[in-house]
This record gives sequence, structure tokens and C-alpha cells, in this order.
Amino acid sequence: MVEKLAEFVANGELDAEFIHVESEHSALSAVVGASAAGARVFTATSSQGLLLMYEIMHIASSIRLPVVMSIATRAISAPINIWCDHSDFMAASDSGWIMLMGMNAQEAHDLVIAAYRIAEDPRVLLPVAVGYDGFWISHTVEPVYVLEKEEALRYAPKRVTWRALDPEKPVTMGPLASPEWYFEFRVQLQKAIEGSRGAISEALREFGQHFGREYREVDGFYTDDADVVLVAMGSVTGTAIPFAEEARKAGLRVGVVNVRLFRPFPEEEVFKHLENAKVVAVVDRAINPGSPFVGPLYSDVAVTAFKRGLDIPVLNYVTGLGGRAVLRSHLEAMVKHAYGFVGKRMRDVETHYGFVGVRE
Amino acid sequence: MASLPGWRTLPPGAVILEPGSSVRYKTADWRTLRPVIDQEKCVRCRICWTYCPEPAILELEKPYTAKSGRTYRVTYEIDYDYCKGCGICAEECPVKAITMVEEVR
Repeated sequence: MVEKLAEFVANGELDAEFIHVESEHSALSAVVGASAAGARVFTATSSQGLLLMYEIMHIASSIRLPVVMSIATRAISAPINIWCDHSDFMAASDSGWIMLMGMNAQEAHDLVIAAYRIAEDPRVLLPVAVGYDGFWISHTVEPVYVLEKEEALRYAPKRVTWRALDPEKPVTMGPLASPEWYFEFRVQLQKAIEGSRGAISEALREFGQHFGREYREVDGFYTDDADVVLVAMGSVTGTAIPFAEEARKAGLRVGVVNVRLFRPFPEEEVFKHLENAKVVAVVDRAINPGSPFVGPLYSDVAVTAFKRGLDIPVLNYVTGLGGRAVLRSHLEAMVKHAYGFVGKRMRDVETHYGFVGVRE
Repeated sequence: MASLPGWRTLPPGAVILEPGSSVRYKTADWRTLRPVIDQEKCVRCRICWTYCPEPAILELEKPYTAKSGRTYRVTYEIDYDYCKGCGICAEECPVKAITMVEEVR
């Protein structure tokens, strides 16, 4: 994404400053500074780079700057691995950023444009990260409709909706907040991200009105009458949807849920697709080592079900770590395993998670 | 603390809208020991003033006559709004005119 943007800038097609910095920590710091000065900013990263940005991610969200970043989601070290999983994205999910995940190259492009509408909405003013699977999406060839500058600006006009630095009206950004002040600002951040849902829906809906490609926070496929609902994020849903169609021909009633908005987590929209299921199978491409919820997506889905009293088995299948391909046969193994829990309750399940596609 | 504004009214992102407001922020409230200068013992050498890292030693144009009859043109006092109680002044004072006293609140 950045390579293409560099080309646009070099060709004079994009009126922007392209800043070269010495590290990801500096990259995000530079965009935080530029955003504070009233610029519309962008940066992109992956893996260890995102971890190096982690400190500044919290600062961007806490100062409430509408920074937009794309993350080609990749594994984190050690051992060194430059391929796809969601470890980096999930490690950043507590940093106060709105987080979207695209399932193909077109979405990776479109959601970045939508991200500006969301981030700069005066009701929101939060940074937005757009994830898309490293390598499976970032390094494979796929045709993409690239929006013309004018049409993108018609959808997301550039207006400085946030409090930008101005020598005429000096302000202090990022000051010290002692114990009698700090807590209030953390609550503000929580309330801001909680309150961003309306603006997110609006931005996604209007994207559809402008460009004919409408995205929702959560997509459901065949979930009305599914026995087993697979919940996933990213490119694996592109495998899961045709798999579900095929599985239905063989008599397995499979549904698929694609979680496009991860933060704030769209509980109601996810739950809508779970309530008729007999078993929920959550596909994770990352682990939270030592957590009672091994997969990070699983954790949110299981809590969503539990909060609404849905007492069916919610199972976790961790797969595709470090660039290992997730094949239809893997999804089939998950669904067949999950079918064994039809009619049971959560408390009947002894082991809630398993690894699929790993050698023992 | 209840009289301070809450999260609903504070400016988003902890932005401080008033320039120079930090002059109202007194930074001495974590002091546990307070330096006290014995004006009788003090010989006005200015060493405490030189060493104080804040600086929280004030050199005041305030004449003082000691019991010995000697009159000094200046008086050194502690600025308790900014003194953190580090004790460097007491340590450096060549005539031991500064003692560190426990803060009682």
C-alpha cells in the first residue's frame, strides 16, 4: 500500500509530503505530530513494526487524533516469520483504536477511504487501523478499483474537525495528568470508542451509496438455519463462504460470520448470527498465551454469547499461524468436530480450543 | 476532588486550552521532609541557592540582624510551593543552618 502511495506522490498524482523516518516508532510519531498540526495522515506497518509503534498507538488515541493506518497482518517473532496471521493486529486491539479488517484487496483499499470518514467525524475523533491479511492479500495479485481523487474527496472531504495546533490559539497536547485528572481521560476514551458505532455505520453505509460497494460491521452467510456457525476475520472468510456452500450440498448446515469491525466489537450484530446456531466455531489466527480464552476473537465471541445467555458450545479453532495456509479441508475438520457438540451446553465441553493444521 | 470537572466536560484528549496554566501547578506536594533555615546560623554564603535543583531557595532583599549584632542585607527562604524536599541544601550547608523536618499534614 505504501509503495503505491510513494508512486502516487512521486508522479505528482497525490498532493502529499512523503516522510522517510528511521523506525516505526518515529513513523507513527511523525503522523501524530502532523495530525496534531491539522494534516490528514497515513502510515502502514506490520508485525514487529506494529509492536514498535505500540507505545505511540496509545498516544494517538488518547490525544484523540484521527490517524489512519493500515496493517498487513503478520506473525510476530520469535522465531522470525514474515507471513500472515493476526498476532500483530490482536496485540494492538487494546490501544483505543477503531479496528477494521478487510477480507480482500478491494476491502483493504475501500476501508482505508472509509476510515477517514470515521476517524475525522467530530463525534468520533479516534485513530482507525485497517487490517488485511499479510501476504494472502498484501502480496498477491488481485484487481482493485482505485477511487479517483475527486470521488474519494466527495465522500470524505478534508475538513479539520479536530483541535489542531494554531500559534494564534496556543494549546498543550499530551500534558501530564496527575492522579486527580488521568482517570477522567481514560473514561473519555472508552466512552468515545463506545459512542463511535453510529458514525461507523453511517460511514460504511454512505460508502455504499457513493461507490456501490456496501460494507457492514459484520456479514453473515447462511446463519439463519445453520447448525454450526464459523466466525472468522480476514481472508479466511473468503475460503469459508464457498466451503459452506459446498458443505451444505453434503448435508452439513454451515453458516459463516465475517467480523469486519473488531474494535469497538459489534456484539449485537455478531449475536444476531449466533442465536439460531447449535454450535459456534470461532476461527482464530492468533493466540493469547495463558488466557482462559486462547484466541482473541474467540474471547469476544464467547463473551458476547455468554452476556446474552446463549448456552450452546462456543468452540475455538486456532489455525493458520505464521503463514500456514488455511484450506477448505481444515474448515471441514473444524465443522465435523463441532458437529459432535450439537445439543450440548457450554459446561459440557471439556476442551474449548484446538489447533488445526499443526504437527504434534 | 469532587469540585473538579468530570470526563463529560473536560476537553477531549486532555488538551490544555489555556497557555501558561502550568504556573498554577504547584509541584511540591510529594515532599516528605521540609528544609527549615535557622536564620541565626545562616551566614548568607549562597551555597544552598547555588545547589538547589529546582530552584526553590529564594534570595530576598530582606535585611536581618542576628543576635550577635551582625546585619545581613539578604535573607534566604524556601519556596515551599516548589521544594521537593530533596535535602541537597541541608547537605551542602557549611554551617548546618538547614534542618530537614518531617512534614505533618
